Amino acid sequence: MAAEHAPNASEYIVHHLTHLNSLGHKQTALVDWTVFHLDSLFWSISLGLLAVLILSRAAARATSGVPGRFQAAVEILIEMVESQSKSIVHGDRSFIAPLALTVFVWIFFMNAMDLLPVDLLPNIWAWMFGVAGHDSSHAYMRVVPTADLNATLGMSLGVLLLCIYYSIKIKGLGGWIHELFTAPFGAHPILWPINFAMQMIEFVAKTVSHGMRLFGNMYAGELIFMLIALMGAAWAGTFGSGLLWLGGVFAGTIWAIFHILIITLQAFIFMMLTLVYIGQAHETH
Amino acid sequence: MNLNATLFAQLVVFLILAWFTMKFVWPPIMKALDERASKIADGLAAADKAKADLAHAEKKAGDELRKARESAAEFRSGAERQVAQLIEDARAEGARIVNAAREAAEAEAGAASQRAKEALREHVAVLAVAGAERILRKEINAQAHAELLTQLKLEL
Repeated sequence: MAAEHAPNASEYIVHHLTHLNSLGHKQTALVDWTVFHLDSLFWSISLGLLAVLILSRAAARATSGVPGRFQAAVEILIEMVESQSKSIVHGDRSFIAPLALTVFVWIFFMNAMDLLPVDLLPNIWAWMFGVAGHDSSHAYMRVVPTADLNATLGMSLGVLLLCIYYSIKIKGLGGWIHELFTAPFGAHPILWPINFAMQMIEFVAKTVSHGMRLFGNMYAGELIFMLIALMGAAWAGTFGSGLLWLGGVFAGTIWAIFHILIITLQAFIFMMLTLVYIGQAHETH
Repeated sequence: MNLNATLFAQLVVFLILAWFTMKFVWPPIMKALDERASKIADGLAAADKAKADLAHAEKKAGDELRKARESAAEFRSGAERQVAQLIEDARAEGARIVNAAREAAEAEAGAASQRAKEALREHVAVLAVAGAERILRKEINAQAHAELLTQLKLEL
């Protein structure tokens, strides 16, 4: 943000909430399937690769002998995911348990981007953008992929597809369609449309709430970090602005510590709901 | 907060990462965990077995010790009996030897006195004849009177 004038608070927030996309400017249409958020994709894929790289290093080094600290840590994580998936999903878990592990580690990493100073990566990006000869006030960069609704809904949509896949795999296509029309209320023909409507609402509600919950938490968290950053930026040499600056330090510390809980909890919740939804696909009514 | 194709890209990445984890991360770690669990179970079983073996060995050692003590006691009492027997035997043997010696000495003494008597008899006969010769101052035919002399010898 090496613009001539310092941005005011609203400009600062808006700038921070604008994605770097394939349009080059802010997407105006609510839904446009031709646009990509390049920043979300870059960070989520990078962090995803980092997550599987760390895990596969642990896997490559895994021995049945005395584990080192790194191996023991990964094993604790895997044991946790394994026991959770075992208690929730009854059936073949050879894909579901690794899926849950991936979800947890990946989302944890993406959420953890929130703990970096809110201006650090965007400013580095703006500097690079400026060096490349562009207007750095249009250098948009959001570094928390889970604060992008597309990313979280993409993952919850993946879970929905897996639910449908496992429903058909476990119950057969006929069995699943039969269930769509006869559960939860009963097999009477009058109840068929009601059952079907209920099932559709259930699927949509599950998927949307699954993605929205993570998005909402991370988006709100990111926004609060920005507001705290604004308090810090209020420093102008006066006593009042000094108090604001101190408040920014204090609130930033408190919120960051609290956020350690949030990012872990949200990753865990997303993983647990993934298991619960796929587990439901395994159960016949 | 706009929806766009990022959503589908994220979906695909999500599935690829999950597939990668299933293929390359999960199995080796689970295998190592299971192997370690079975190793630990084996170790615990081996420890239990070793404990049982130790108890067994201790019991056996105790038995052996007791048996050894018993047999030692048996040996001692046997040895004592044997010693007593030996002393008894030696005493009896000694007594027998003493008796035999005494008997032999007695027999010897008897025989000697007999021999002395015999010799005396011879001498008495000769002396008697010599005496008689002197008395009678005449030669007596020893051969003619042998029978008489023998009879005299026997009377002595």
